[in-house]
Amino acid sequence: MKPLIEGTAYVLGDHIDTDQIIPAEHLVYSMTLPEERRLYGRYALSAVPPGQQGLPFGDRPLTQPDAYTSDYRIVIGGDNFGCGSSREHAPFALQVAGIEAVVASSYARIFYRNAIDGGFLVPFETRGRLVERIRTGDDLLLDTKAAQLTNRTTGETFLLDPLGDVAAILEAGNVFEYARQAGLMPR
Amino acid sequence: MTITEKILAQHGGRDRVAPGETMWIDVDVLMTHDVCGPPTIGIFQREFGVDASVWDRDKLVIMPDHYIFTTNHHANRNVDILRAFAKEHDLPHYYDVGTDRYKGVCHIGLAEEGFNRPGITLFGTDSHTCTSGAFGLFSTGVGNTDAALIMGTGKIWVKVPATMRFVFEGELPPYLMAKDLILAAIGDIGTDGATYRTLEFDGEAVYDLSMEERMTLCNMAIEAGGKNGIIAPDEKTFAYVNERTAGTNRADYTPVYGDPDARYYSEHVYDVSTMEPVVAKPHAPDNKAAVSEVAGTKLDRAYVGSCTGGKLEDFVAAARVLQGQEVVIDTFIVPATTEVGRQLHEVTVGGQTLFDIFKASGCQVGKSSCAACLGGPIDTFGRTHGTEVVISTTNRNYPGRMGSKQAAVYLASPLTTAASALTGVITDPREVLV
Ligand code: SF4
Repeated sequence: MKPLIEGTAYVLGDHIDTDQIIPAEHLVYSMTLPEERRLYGRYALSAVPPGQQGLPFGDRPLTQPDAYTSDYRIVIGGDNFGCGSSREHAPFALQVAGIEAVVASSYARIFYRNAIDGGFLVPFETRGRLVERIRTGDDLLLDTKAAQLTNRTTGETFLLDPLGDVAAILEAGNVFEYARQAGLMPR
Repeated sequence: MTITEKILAQHGGRDRVAPGETMWIDVDVLMTHDVCGPPTIGIFQREFGVDASVWDRDKLVIMPDHYIFTTNHHANRNVDILRAFAKEHDLPHYYDVGTDRYKGVCHIGLAEEGFNRPGITLFGTDSHTCTSGAFGLFSTGVGNTDAALIMGTGKIWVKVPATMRFVFEGELPPYLMAKDLILAAIGDIGTDGATYRTLEFDGEAVYDLSMEERMTLCNMAIEAGGKNGIIAPDEKTFAYVNERTAGTNRADYTPVYGDPDARYYSEHVYDVSTMEPVVAKPHAPDNKAAVSEVAGTKLDRAYVGSCTGGKLEDFVAAARVLQGQEVVIDTFIVPATTEVGRQLHEVTVGGQTLFDIFKASGCQVGKSSCAACLGGPIDTFGRTHGTEVVISTTNRNYPGRMGSKQAAVYLASPLTTAASALTGVITDPREVLV
């Protein structure tokens, strides 16, 4: 896990489900072949309804229609981020698009687990709601050690919930490395 | 400790655990299916090597069920991958499509085949794996990465969940089913009302329910964001499990119960004798309304099936309503498993088999699988393709869940669904039950 993650914010509302993150019709692509894999970046968050794509503006797609990666780095979400199915393609698609962290009020647990165990991205929970306090395109600095998010555009700083026990998995890289360190898997 | 805390403590080699603690535990059963099995196998081979053995052949259950009766190439390729893997590893618990062993919907197949036993831990690559908790065990859904780690090591890390206790007291009136109880509870706490937490069901109305109806309660724990649903075992549990495990190496198990001084995150008490039939309106399982509030809403089709509402008892309930009458909208009947499919031809209501009742009333009866519960490929039985308004015994009604994004799905009990199929509008089962 990087100690510092910096870049622009992409802001979403509540109950962003896995179908909005990566619609079921796109799950057919290989997650390993490079020419298919990159399509997950193109279609990440492509089913967020118009009016809610990149708040407060509502008309800013995560990834431009002809691109495979996004200019945004950190997703800001509301309640119950990643609800819906158990598909691991959801945090994977965000990672392929270039998202390094999500900061949300709360998560659906399978998305949260998948994000950590697959080492796809760093999911932080907020103490208060940030959706109305950060705008898409704001320049952010996330200190993962201190669990602190700074909005360099406005100068505001927010304390996040510490990662707790799962920090060790993110530090290891993914759950397999973590299990190797715990002696549960051969190296 | 609660029953959930105790099971996790035992499997983590600890005397005590408290909510919020993280630890490694031993897994007793891992289940996967045709959608998540192939990517799980891919990750397993990447991390453990292409020649690696699974941790315990006897604890891995593979039940293809999602996209079965389709010409879709990707879907069929997935089943081919499972078949090859099962052959290569000589897996005893693979239930192949196109053979006598084929089961259908995995969560019901796990129960029928005697994999659900009190006190064990069971993980599956499917969010509705919480269904198995009806047997007094810890079960939850995981992603492919976690499943691959279990496949190689038999271990997984868990964070001990706090438990929300749902107590259903009183005697269940004949017009209510477990589906009404769980839709009411989800409507009250919301789709994220139990995130990270356990839903434990208790009370005399719960213990009066059959094992099938108890599965309906636990099945929908995930619709409130729950990690697991659980019901402490009783004589009914033991009778079901003993019958299904007789003669196997799974006949031995140790039931676990919560302590009298167990601590709960919250307690929610219902008197079922005063409850009403309910539905979840489009497009979320917590969008609750009493049937009386939405009665008369025009429908295009009715659907009875899935792990939630496609068990024998669900069809008996529907048949009691439909017998001797004709449906006025397209009505689809999908037995969850092949065993349920056979029972449709054997079990009778009023001297007629369920199958004959459904046929005579104009229903279409499909083959056992997940079918249109999650939409599926274009040629899936019962799938929506347009702006259909559907009443369904399934568990999710998010946009597009049953196929078309323009369709609208009402979730309801088999009784309410069947009553509505007869009138073409949402109908209270009390109006047709004699
Ligand atoms: S029947 Fe529906 S909810 Fe149950 S396992 Fe199949 S797709 Fe999932």
